[in-house]
Amino acid sequence: MVITVASGKGGTGKTTVAVNLGLALSKAGQPPVHIVDCDVEEPNAALFLHPTLEEREEVGQLIPEVNLDLCTFCGRCAEVCQYSAIAVVGQRVLVFPELCHGCGSCTLNCPEGAIREKLDVMGVLEMGRAGPIAFAQGRMNVGEAMAVPIIRQLKRQAIPEDHDGQVIILDAPPGTSCPVVESMRGSDYVLMVTEPTPFGLHDLRLAVQVARDELGLPVGVVINREGIGDEGVDAYCEEEGIPILMRIPLDRRIAEAYSEGIPMVEALPEYQEAFLALYREIAHRVGVEVAP
Amino acid sequence: MKQLVILSGKGGTGKTSIAAALAHLASSEMRLVLADADVDAANLELVLAPTRVEEHPFEGGSIAEISPDKCVACGVCEEVCRFDAIIPGDRFYQVDRLACEGCAACFYQCPEQAIQMIPQQAGEWYRSDTRFGPLFHAHLFAGQENSGKLVTMVKQQARLLALDTGADLLLVDGPPGIGCPVISASAGADMALLVAEPTISGVHDLDRVLATTDHFGVPARVLINKADINPARAEEIEAFCREREIPIAGRVPYDTTVTKAMVNGQPITAYADGPAAEALRRAWAHLREALRS
Ligand code: SF4
Ligand code: SF4
Ligand code: SF4
Ligand code: SF4
Repeated sequence: MVITVASGKGGTGKTTVAVNLGLALSKAGQPPVHIVDCDVEEPNAALFLHPTLEEREEVGQLIPEVNLDLCTFCGRCAEVCQYSAIAVVGQRVLVFPELCHGCGSCTLNCPEGAIREKLDVMGVLEMGRAGPIAFAQGRMNVGEAMAVPIIRQLKRQAIPEDHDGQVIILDAPPGTSCPVVESMRGSDYVLMVTEPTPFGLHDLRLAVQVARDELGLPVGVVINREGIGDEGVDAYCEEEGIPILMRIPLDRRIAEAYSEGIPMVEALPEYQEAFLALYREIAHRVGVEVAP
Repeated sequence: MKQLVILSGKGGTGKTSIAAALAHLASSEMRLVLADADVDAANLELVLAPTRVEEHPFEGGSIAEISPDKCVACGVCEEVCRFDAIIPGDRFYQVDRLACEGCAACFYQCPEQAIQMIPQQAGEWYRSDTRFGPLFHAHLFAGQENSGKLVTMVKQQARLLALDTGADLLLVDGPPGIGCPVISASAGADMALLVAEPTISGVHDLDRVLATTDHFGVPARVLINKADINPARAEEIEAFCREREIPIAGRVPYDTTVTKAMVNGQPITAYADGPAAEALRRAWAHLREALRS
């Protein structure tokens, strides 16, 4: 089962929920858990999990490289590129890697066969273990603009093809743009972590639009810092028929543990059972049998 | 006219609440134009109660569409598409609209000319009036890319109006993170205010966003929000700033009235006096001086 933990924006406690859900399951000894940090701009699940990273792989995408001995400067490559990532200026062909999507169209269309593709490294994938938990994260290099290719490759590497009976928890990036869509795609369930405030509600609505309305995935909500704001999120969920699966109260002890990188299930052991209950609820909704 | 951009290495640091407070404070002393460059989750409007005066569509990229009448199911498009966006069929092929990146590789390779590229509206941008000055903001439709381009558009429009009307300050509420919208938001700014939180990743997040402002030669100041939640981490941020010679614009204590103000749709400084409001007033005085030089 693949569960994506998302939120309309950052700072709502998304990573906290992803990490503690995973830790609670692995403490209970069942089933095998993978945690994949898809927030490649700011991966921080590792701060709470302290994994040993055993494998490292550079990733990126293929960008064109022009052989000027063959090129006739006909300009066809620039004409077919939809992102203005390649330009022909006089006797030169310029490639802008930060705009290139690695689609390969220029290579296919060059009449002289003058283009080859080479890997433009955009970041790294790191894989390892945090105790019994299989852990993976992607890390985008500073100055890169596109996270999607890294997330795509991260998911391809970190999610086993046959994952029946395993739980894969994806910590999505904040927001509702492409990287979030890329993270959610193919999930069995999307868990939205939100704050009960007007900001939280605003962002939750947008995130639900993406997950439920566009991708057609089942969604449920975790309200974090319950007590901080108003009733707006509750009313919205009620109206939209979105289940609220867990409420985490506003508690300075949680904020303090967080600021030191201590997981909730360790700082406040009463949450162990609460996160297990959250898992059972999701499993029930997805129709997965849970070992008693 | 000066341009101040507010950034944070990651979301949830209270950046928008701080932007709203600064808008409130600045507007009582000077003429202001506001831009909400966080187009993925534009929140500034929730505390500024804007009235919309203009609304414009924003065109992003295109999406491929296959005409079932012309398609002969040869499979060439599926072969060239690197984004797994082609769904094969027996009689004709289709496009998964959400996966399509609009690269047009299939369009150029289809031997039957069965594919068309359809331009898509990716969002909207608006000009609104608020009690603190005109606000430019935008909404990127869910799941759309090109937020960098939309940010540039919002900022350009705000800048034009600010220059036209002889405004003193353009205040930009930037997006979180370090990606391409942040690059668009910081380009051309006179100063960046970086909001940091004393958490385990605080210094790291700050370091990353500094790489972006340094890259554009934008001088930065740091505001530590919820500074008293973890004094040791706050000190770590301050030590980091001393070492890098980045001035601290202020330290805002944890204060639950900030959230109360937000729930009531008010900037904190307009809502109630308290430790956070007071700290923000001092921070604004600091920034005003810094912008002058
Ligand atoms: S299409 Fe090929 S030959 Fe023409 S300008 Fe581009 S690289 Fe050169
Ligand atoms: S690979 Fe695609 S995006 Fe990159 S330069 Fe070529 S046509 Fe443009
Ligand atoms: S390449 Fe053209 S004809 Fe062939 S399957 Fe694709 S759309 Fe149909
Ligand atoms: S336009 Fe590009 S991404 Fe879209 S279906 Fe065609 S080849 Fe695939």
